[in-house]
Formats: sequence, structure tokens, C-alpha cells
Amino acid sequence: MEKVIVIGNGMVGYKFCEKLRAKASKEEISLTVYGEEPLPAYDRVHLSEYFESQSEDKLLMAPRAWYEENDVTLKTSQLITNIDRSTKTISTHTGESESYDYLVLATGSSAMVPPIKGVDKKGVFVYRTIEDLDQIIEYSKNVKTGAVLGGGLLGLEAAKALMDLNLETKVIEFAPKLMPRQLDEAGSNMLKSKIESLGIEILLNKNTKEIHGNGKLDQLEFTDGTSLETEMLVISCGIVSRDELAKTCGLETGTRGGFIVNEQMQTNDPAIYAIGEAANYNGMVYGLVAPGYDMAETVVDQLIGDQTKQFSGADMSTKLKLIGVDVGSFGDALGQTEGAIPIAFEDKNSGVYKRINLSPDKKKLLGGILVGDAKDYSMLLQIAQNGMAVPPNPEDLILGARGAGGGNTMMDLPDSAQICSCENVTKADIVSCIKDDGVTDLKQVRTCTKAGTGCGACSPMVADIFGATLKSMGQVVRKTLCAHFDYTRQELYSLIKIKEIKSFNELLNQYGSGDGCETCKPAVASLLASIWNDQILKQDTIQDTNDRFLANIQKGGSYSVVPRIPGGEIPPDKLIVIGQVAKKYDLYTKITGGQRIDLFGARLNDLPKIWRELIDAGMESGHAYGKSLRTVKSCVGSTWCRYGLHDSVSFAIEIENRYKGLRSPHKLKGAVSGCRRECAEAQGKDFGLIATEAGYNLYVCGNGGANPQHAKLLAGDIDEKTAIKYIDRFLMFYIRTAEPLNRTAVWLNKLEGGIDYLKEVVVNDCLGLGEELEKDMQALIAAYHCEWKAAIENEDMKKKFSHFANSEDDDPTLEFVPMREMKKPADWD
Amino acid sequence: MSDTISYKTVTPEEVNTWFEACAVSDFPSDGGLNISYQGLQIAVFNFTRRNEWFATQNLCPHKKQMILSRGMIGSDGNEPKVACPFHKKTFSLKTGENLNGDECAIATYPVKVENSKVYVGFA
Ligand code: SRM
Ligand SMILES: Cc1cc2nc3c(=O)[nH]c(=O)nc-3n(C[C@H](O)[C@H](O)[C@H](O)COP(=O)(O)OP(=O)(O)OC[C@H]3O[C@@H](n4cnc5c(N)ncnc54)[C@H](O)[C@@H]3O)c2cc1C
Ligand code: SF4
Ligand code: FES
Repeated sequence: MEKVIVIGNGMVGYKFCEKLRAKASKEEISLTVYGEEPLPAYDRVHLSEYFESQSEDKLLMAPRAWYEENDVTLKTSQLITNIDRSTKTISTHTGESESYDYLVLATGSSAMVPPIKGVDKKGVFVYRTIEDLDQIIEYSKNVKTGAVLGGGLLGLEAAKALMDLNLETKVIEFAPKLMPRQLDEAGSNMLKSKIESLGIEILLNKNTKEIHGNGKLDQLEFTDGTSLETEMLVISCGIVSRDELAKTCGLETGTRGGFIVNEQMQTNDPAIYAIGEAANYNGMVYGLVAPGYDMAETVVDQLIGDQTKQFSGADMSTKLKLIGVDVGSFGDALGQTEGAIPIAFEDKNSGVYKRINLSPDKKKLLGGILVGDAKDYSMLLQIAQNGMAVPPNPEDLILGARGAGGGNTMMDLPDSAQICSCENVTKADIVSCIKDDGVTDLKQVRTCTKAGTGCGACSPMVADIFGATLKSMGQVVRKTLCAHFDYTRQELYSLIKIKEIKSFNELLNQYGSGDGCETCKPAVASLLASIWNDQILKQDTIQDTNDRFLANIQKGGSYSVVPRIPGGEIPPDKLIVIGQVAKKYDLYTKITGGQRIDLFGARLNDLPKIWRELIDAGMESGHAYGKSLRTVKSCVGSTWCRYGLHDSVSFAIEIENRYKGLRSPHKLKGAVSGCRRECAEAQGKDFGLIATEAGYNLYVCGNGGANPQHAKLLAGDIDEKTAIKYIDRFLMFYIRTAEPLNRTAVWLNKLEGGIDYLKEVVVNDCLGLGEELEKDMQALIAAYHCEWKAAIENEDMKKKFSHFANSEDDDPTLEFVPMREMKKPADWD
Repeated sequence: MSDTISYKTVTPEEVNTWFEACAVSDFPSDGGLNISYQGLQIAVFNFTRRNEWFATQNLCPHKKQMILSRGMIGSDGNEPKVACPFHKKTFSLKTGENLNGDECAIATYPVKVENSKVYVGFA
């Protein structure tokens, strides 16, 4: 048995363990890994997500138990300080030592800190470890301004993080452009204006001379004589390999750092390997995970005696993530190949810049840049990496095929195309898992090949290949609801309507199989409600839990109460009742992001009593629990505002009351702004109206949420009546055709022909459906009833709101703890 | 509190007390109710479509929430299951096993219906 020790338990060190254990058992190779950090290896690539979740567990590459189960001895909080090559032993900072047959250095790198006077002041941070982030979060609580030194990939990610911590954020770049190594000037300018529009200021051509401040920094001084006040600084100027161990044992390192390795990842001592950001291959240190994983695989093959795999360099293509601006740069992005022919497209209006570089014979794609729209990134990268033929009009690659003739599709890729670079999965691997192993669902493709389990960037491609492969096998890929219904949502919509089906069981008996599940039941419930607008509590057990109890469930099992406040307008008397009710039932109250008031922490048994009081005071359900219309936000408009063009509040109230209670595939939000200053954020809503001199501009299919998307103009300068007509048609068309849980923005992205087609349908009535859609909407509006009113008036329904069936008691496990002047649910673990 | 009480599966053979929980007419079709028995909270499900009854602990092992009776029932292949309303972890109503992850299994209890009354078996 051979004994392998890994120094460094980072992403690559961990991946090495995983890959080694997949090929060699503990009887063949014993494996110990030392890590300096207190945590087992975590996902540094997604480090910024820590700001949101503050959960270390979510980031772990594998829990501690994994190491045990896989016979890997893990020693964390242990810094290796010495390697004795003559006795083949290593020793730790606590004086322990251990011998090895083979040593793998996976010590990664640390942030490079330039030797600027004053960098040691308080308030200066780097961005590399969870501990760094903890410190940044803590410090940010007491300051208002922050700056990032370095406008590269990581610097921009750090800037977004500072902005999310509510700091006024600036980025300082030494070079005359952002992401200087990946972007050309035009691309960088476009990126700059996009990032500035997010509210981050960018300073270019700034060389920092000194960091000033008494103990903690308060100002940066630049060599051009200017200066910048800031209370906090995050340095992101690149990385330096952690090769300090080389000094104690005479391993060779590169002039710019890193243990020098050959194709087998061996250092000048054949028993010692280096991988990941600690390795210097051919004068290069690769600051990306994919090459690191490739190196890990190379060493594993060496150790098990399979000499075939060699490392031969890697591609530095990258995509910027997280910041909300699409940026991709691949291959020879700057066109530095001799004779390269660039083709570029720039649209300052929508903020898109695309560039590709062709080989001198125009047959091959060398590389390129995408800013503002990077959805073709994966496809272009594949074409470049695989040397695939470029179409006769190469500009189609960035402009799309205009006119007849198809572009490249997934199935044109060669089998060897690497789809998932994190896990090195090729197209052939995915296709074979579908064809040979008979895998029929996408989740299984992930489990079976591991594709998409790393950074996730390839997920859309994996899905496309999956779809295309099934199609090539003669299987039609339809987005059927689930195992119980072999129909799409749109097909079920028609069936329910034509056959006048009124209940889930009726539909399941006639068109489904089995007993249904948590996917199809709520989807069908939503369809039934969208078509008949009947009382949903008549079939309460097919509703999602929030719908079932007409309230949103909270941690601990209490519920929230949200009365409708149309347009955000509320007279004092109603406001007082809300306050009184909250006091009486000990509810936590909060103004929501939707211009209304949420009362949290209601016990299930109290819900009917609470609603009785609110309804008696003239209020009704706000449907905060439903996939239905939530709010129509308004700004104060022409009644009070000096810029207001029309009475946006009255119009918002009219619209909210019109569509309240309307059930749809996902929730719906609207807004009306009184002028183009847009204080109601109408362009971030499923439908939004902005007053113009001549009437209103109607925008559709925007949303905030996880993937924010601006709404698109459907019709300009229309009057109120026309606006309502178009919204009726638009909403009904969406309700009829969308897949379950697709917001309007997602639906539009999938709609063939996009917004132009939608205009044809809604405005020009190209399908001749206009009148029918309006009629359907009218029927739904006529069937509106306040669900809560119906519930409290019916004794049978009221009975559903008790925690025990055989006792009047409250849930004894429901626990609240005081917070400020109110309460909150006890934390769950 | 909730986590100090332990729920243990009771097999039909082990039953020595049949506890009268409530009337059949109290139940929604294809849905559940929660009953209180000596400090335990037990979710009882009326699986109308299959004409079967099931009972499990009301506590979801994922985040220790007293909630499973408010979950949605259905089937996975032929296995009857309940989905927790919080994060949709699903559990077999027959064996209590977690079907879509690695949560620990939930305890199950025998149920019988006599004279339109629903009884849960305890050991
Ligand atoms: C209460 C509130 C937060 C607040 O304190 O302000 C809130 C609370 C919840 N939001 Fe929200 N959202 C609230 C405004 C928003 C907004 C802001 C807005 O409406 O202007 C957004 C972004 C705008 C948008 O939707 O486009 C928002 C985007 C989401 C999303 C992401 C939707 C998406 O398309 O990506 C979800 C998840 C979902 O619906 O699937 C969500 C889901 C939720 C849920 C329902 C999660 C859940 O299922 O438990 C939260 C319920 C809390 C509870 O227990 O009651 N919430 N949520 C806000 C209620 C507004 C209201 O009066 O009804
Ligand atoms: C915020 C952020 C975002 C990133 N985004 C991307 C991205 O989108 N795509 C991408 O490809 N890459 C990205 N990277 C880079 C990627 O995280 C690294 O390439 C990868 O983590 C390198 O892995 P590694 O194991 O070589 O080094 P590391 O992950 O740094 O691990 C090295 C470990 O060794 C430990 N160590 C060092 N010396 C010793 C010693 N003497 N004794 C014991 N332990 C020691 C260190 O403490 C560390 O835990 C990002 C990095 C950061 C910081
Ligand atoms: S309220 Fe919305 S953003 Fe806040 S935690 Fe809940 S779902 Fe997330
Ligand atoms: S608490 Fe039940 S699934 Fe999370």
C-alpha cells in the first residue's frame, strides 16, 4: 500500500481526493489531506453566495462525513510548515509530522496585495476565504462607502457584493479599461456603462499611491494627484501561488510564483506533485477551477499507474457571473493571432456588444467577446474549441441567422466536445447515458454523468443535448406535467375547458394515472381556478399549502395575513383596524415590498377570527398566498406630484380591482407610474404602465426576483380603455399557453417570435383570438369573490382551520421569541 | 420540546391500544388531519382514491416542523406518499421512508375504521 498526503484542502485538493477514491481503495492507497482552514474544502467559485445565505454548509464541497465514509483522513486547521524530502516527511505548525510516499501540493494561492503604503490599515480586506467575507460583512455594518481595487473578473464580483451590503461602491482600475485581459476597448466600455447603471462607479487609469487614515483608512491617494474618500477597501489585484514551502525544501518555483511542474504535474522531485493554483505549468498559473481539476485527474492517473493522461495547458475562457450583466470572453478574445479577422456588433441602445475573431482563412473561430447578451457563449466556445466549421456568413454567429437556413445546433457538435468543463463531461458521455443507459429524465443525466453539478454554467446545454438526443431517438420531448399526466399544461387547459372538467379526480380518472402528486395537484388546481374561478377551498387538498389555508405558511407553522390595499392607498380608518387586529392577535407587522402591510405569526385557529374583523372593516383577501394577482403598485401621480402626467393612483386601483383573484401559472404583479421617472417601477412588473403626454406606454413581461428582467414595450401612447383591452388579452393568452410556474418573463423568453409575435397577437390580433380572450377575462372577473369572505361564512370551511382534529388546543410546539417591540418565530436548525 | 418526544413506528402486531381519533366525516377527501394523543401529534390521512388510511408522526424530520398532516398526498409509482408543505420532502406512507433525499424515516402507525370512526393503533 502506498501512502499519499495532500497539502491543502481547497477545491482542487478535494477534487483530487474524490477522483482518487473513485479509482483506488484504501487497501491500494492510503490518503491523508491537511488543510489550513478550519472548514473542510468549500466552493470558492460560489463564495459570493455566502453573502446571501451566510451558510457554510451550503458551500461545502462535501460534508466531513464524506471523508470518513471514503477513507480519507482529513486534518483541518493544520498548516504544513516543512517538507523534509530526504526522509519523505512533512511537519505541521504544531510540531506533528507524518511520512509519505507521494506528496501532492494543492496549496492554492492567496490574494495579491500590492506594496502600497498604508495597506495594513484597518478597513482594508482581501476576497478569498469565508473568513475574509465574515470580516467584510462585520466591518460593512458600520460604514457607508466602499471601494474595490482592481476591475478584473473578481474585482467586479466583489463590487457587486459590496453594493449588496448597501455600500456606495466604487471600482478602481489601474488600466484604461475593465477586465483588461478579457475585453477589448469597446466591450469594456459597454460593460462599464452597464455596471455604472447598477449604481457602481468606475474609476479607470488610477494608480493608487497611498492609503491614508488614522489607524483605519479613510482616503486613497492616486499618483495623478486626485484622491477618493472611502471607509473600506477590498483588494482584488490578482493572485499569488502559495509556494512558501518551496523555500524550506528546495523545490523549483517560477519567477512569478508557483511550483514548476511538467506534463505529469511532477515538481523537480518526482515524488512530489503540485496541482491547482499552486502549480506553474509552462510559465502559467491557472486561476480557474477547471484546469485544476484536470491536473488532479492527471496525478490520480499517475498514482494508479495509468500514464496516458497528461496535462497540456488549458483554456482561459470565462463568463462573468452574479453581477447581473452578461459577459463572456473565450479563446483568443482580443484577436491577437496573426492575421485574425474581427467581426463586431455594437448596439448601444440595448447595451449589447459582440465580437468574434476568425482565422485568416475565415474558416475557424478563434475566440470572441460577448457583453450584455452571452446566451450564445457556450455554443461559440464549443465551435472555437472544436475547430468546427464556421457558417458561410460568419456574422450569423453573433447576429443569428437572418432569413432562411438553420444555424448551429447542439447536435452539430462533435462527440468529443467538452460540455461540462468542471467535471470534464463530453457530449458523447451525455448522449451515451441517454441512449445506452436508457436515462429518460434530466435529473438522472446529472446524477449519471455529473454534468452540471459544478459551477452549473453548462446546465442549459445539458438540457438542450438531452432534448435533442431524445428527439433524435424518435421520442417527442413534450413538457408533460409529471408522471401522472402525459399532457402539457396547455393541452390540459384545453381538455378541462372543452370537456368542462371541474375537479382534479375527474381529470385524473379520464386523462391521468396513479394518484397524483405535489407537482400535478397544484398545477391542475391552478388551471381549474384560471378556467372556472370557482372557490378553491372546495378542493382544498389539491392546493399548495398556502392556497389551502389562504395564507402563507411561515417557519414554525404559523401563517401571515395580507389584506388587499389596491394601489397602495389606504385610508386612516382601515390602517387603524389593521393595527388593532395586529395588537389583539399579537402579530408582527411589516410594510412589504409590494406597498402593503403583512401581519405575520398568526396561529392557524386564529386566521378565521382575524379575517372576520378585517372583512367587517371593509377589507378583503390580498391573495399573497396565491399564484395570482398580487399588487398593482402606484406612484402618487398627478394628484400630488409636480411632474405627474395622469392620475396613476386611480388607474392602479382600477386595474388592481379588475384583476384581483385572477389565478395564473405564476404570480402576477403590475404597476402604474405617473411619468417616465418611473417611481412605481412599472418596467419591473408582469405588466406596467407609464404615463406619457398622450396616454400610457404599456410594458409587459418584466420581473424582479431571482433573474430580473426589464419589461418590454407592447404598445405606446394608448388610452386607458385600450390599455385595459390589451392587458386582458395579454394575461389570458399567457394563462392559456404558459408552462406551470413560468412567470411572464420566462414565458416570453420561450415564446417563438418573442415580443414581436406577442404584439401581433395582442395588438394586431393576428390569431383572431382578441375578442375571445377578452370574453374569457370578463367571465373570470364576473366570478370574483373574496376567498376569505367565503371561508368565514361557511362553517364547514371554517373547521379546516384548527391544528388538532380532536382538540381545541393550539400547537404546543409553536414557539415565538421577542424581537425589538414585536416577536418572531424561534429559529429552526 | 418537539424534538424531545420520540416517535416510534408501531406495527399492527404491536398494537395494544386502539385510540379513537375522530369521525370519518371529519376528514377531507384525499387529505389529512392532525390528532393529539398523549403529547404526541399524529397525522392521519384519508386516501380516498385508494380507499386506504395511513398515520404517521406529524413532525417533519427535515426542519422539525409539526406539519405533515397539512401535506399533500399522492403516489410515486405505486407507493403512497405525503409531501411536506415546507420544502416538499416526500415520505412513503407505508414505510415512512424519505423518497427524495436522505432525511431519516418517519414513524408510521396502523389505522382502522369501524362504525365510521377512525382509530389509530399505539403500543
Ligand atoms: C412579504 C414580502 C417581503 C417583504 O417583507 O417585503 C415577500 C415575501 C415572500 N416572497 Fe416575495 N415578498 C414580497 C415582495 C416581493 C418582491 C417586490 C415587489 O413585489 O415589488 C419581489 C420581486 C419582484 C417580482 O416578483 O418580480 C418578490 C419576489 C419573490 C420571488 C421571486 C419571483 C421570481 O419571479 O423570481 C419569490 C419566489 C416565488 O414566487 O416562486 C417570492 C416568494 C415569497 C414568499 C411567498 C416565499 C414563501 O413561499 O414563503 C415570501 C412569503 C413570506 C411570508 O411568509 O408571508 N418573492 N417578492 C413581500 C410581499 C409583497 C406583497 O405585498 O405581496
Ligand atoms: C470570489 C472568487 C470567485 C471565483 N470565481 C471563479 C469562477 O467563476 N470560475 C473559476 O474557474 N474560478 C473561480 N475562482 C477561482 C477558484 O476558486 C480557484 O481556482 C480554486 O479555488 C483553486 O483551487 P485550489 O485548490 O488550487 O486552491 P484553494 O481553493 O485556494 O485551496 C488551497 C487550500 O490550501 C490551503 N493551504 C495553503 N497552504 C497550506 C499549507 N501549507 N498547509 C495546509 N493548508 C494549506 C489553503 O488554506 C486553502 O484552503 C474564484 C475565486 C474566488 C476567490
Ligand atoms: S421574503 Fe422573499 S427575499 Fe426575503 S427571504 Fe423570503 S422569499 Fe427570500
Ligand atoms: S420541514 Fe419538512 S421538508 Fe423542510
